[in-house]
Amino acid sequence: MAIKIRIPTPMRQLTGGVDMAEVQGATVAALLGQLCDKFSGMDKRLFKQPGELNRFINIYVNDEDIRFLSNLETPVKDGDDVSIVPAIAGG
Amino acid sequence: MSYVLGLKCRECGQHYPQKGVHVCEVCFGPLEVQYDYSAMRGRVTRQSIESGGLNLWRYRDLLPIEGEPRTGLNSGFTPLRRARNLEKILGVKELYVKDDSANYPTWSYKERVVSVAITKAAELGYDTVGCASTGNLANSVAAHAAMAGLKAFVMIPHDLELGKVLGSLIFNPTMVRIQGNYDDVNRLCSEIADKYKWAIVNVNLRPFYTEGAKTFGFEVAEQLGWKLPRHTVCPTAGGTILPKIYKAYREFIDLGLVEDNHPKIYSAQAAGCNPVVEAIHAGRDLIKPQKPKTIAKSIAIGNPADGYYVVQAVKQSGGWGADATDQEIVDAIRLLARTEGIWTEPAGGTTLAATIKLIQSGRIPRDESICVCITGNGLKTVEVVVDQLAQPPSIPARLEAFDAYIHDSQTPAAAGAGNPVMTAGKA
Repeated sequence: MAIKIRIPTPMRQLTGGVDMAEVQGATVAALLGQLCDKFSGMDKRLFKQPGELNRFINIYVNDEDIRFLSNLETPVKDGDDVSIVPAIAGG
Repeated sequence: MSYVLGLKCRECGQHYPQKGVHVCEVCFGPLEVQYDYSAMRGRVTRQSIESGGLNLWRYRDLLPIEGEPRTGLNSGFTPLRRARNLEKILGVKELYVKDDSANYPTWSYKERVVSVAITKAAELGYDTVGCASTGNLANSVAAHAAMAGLKAFVMIPHDLELGKVLGSLIFNPTMVRIQGNYDDVNRLCSEIADKYKWAIVNVNLRPFYTEGAKTFGFEVAEQLGWKLPRHTVCPTAGGTILPKIYKAYREFIDLGLVEDNHPKIYSAQAAGCNPVVEAIHAGRDLIKPQKPKTIAKSIAIGNPADGYYVVQAVKQSGGWGADATDQEIVDAIRLLARTEGIWTEPAGGTTLAATIKLIQSGRIPRDESICVCITGNGLKTVEVVVDQLAQPPSIPARLEAFDAYIHDSQTPAAAGAGNPVMTAGKA
């Protein structure tokens, strides 16, 4: 069983319109690594430099922001739900 | 016609036409409206602004709309008040309150951003608008959508104050209460905007929406007699208003409408949700998200999208930040009410409490002009004061009973009742 990553609209040009990608790995870093291998150009959108996400990228694992977990080293298992979400204003 | 050139990514500089898009497709950075400032010079003047109506659209040359406003013709131009009673208590020389608790029609600063966003939504051809909200934004979206004849979907955290829930429902939007905090609502709304093609004002209309917040700063400058306060203290939630007030000041300076007195801007947050103030104090650009725990629900945003830009504006201006505990927030709400006759919500209490701390710590000098930004109305959040106000006595309808009450209430033991000690208010 694979882990699903939800792709937000601004990134779907890179995925050919696909809004859900299936990847495998034991940590968020591994999943995102696979995602970058799968879709060219993804790397630049996600990462400022290796190991450092762009400032406006939020990653959630099962509805929890990975910054409350173990950041990119957050462990994931089959069936987990991972989302990439841009930062949003409001109040 | 307008002076808008288009949209541009604040991070990587990528250009976009005016459309319902909120983040850069290259780097996810926020998009900002670009104006042709050189074309404005000599045309956007004090006189051209003063010839406009007494509402936020008098600044429309500096706002991103192309046609006529759809709503907001009675919004904005709220009072800027000299707070002489507070000046005495705080021991400062020149203090102003910019009072958006009196903003029409739903009593918060959100009328400003929503008037622009709803007008833009109609211009771009949307028939449905929506928002993720801690209450005030939902109230405003629901009311302005009703005025503009658009459908409204408002999404809020499930545990908001009753006044804020009813304050939306009365305008008949579709309201959905989301089981989670504001940050959860926000995340869901970004996915809703993607899927349903609605104009979620603070998501895909964000570049236009945030520009409306500048009118708060424009008004402060104009109402002060085309001058800027030296120090402006502003609440921070998602981080929209503070950088936009600062931008408004800079635009007026650059257009030659006010003198550059190097205005400083300060961020106020609740101690139970202070990711931006914490970053300012630590000298970091990076905002560490928090799980909010405060009575100041309207500013309980643990993952502020524009927090980074708040830190930048504060740093660039030479300002600072301060936070306030829940009790300090309530004390400051009561202080503002009993000295100046303004009843604000916890966000306003936070801002005044933070101002007091910044004055006491010497960050804000006592002899320079200070503006406190009040962004919401206390009538929506009665819960936070209901247990702290003395119960009024109940007496028979006879003059002797009233005489007895007056006599008893003036005995030394009773003299202090209903007049609690103001910890936050000590100078």
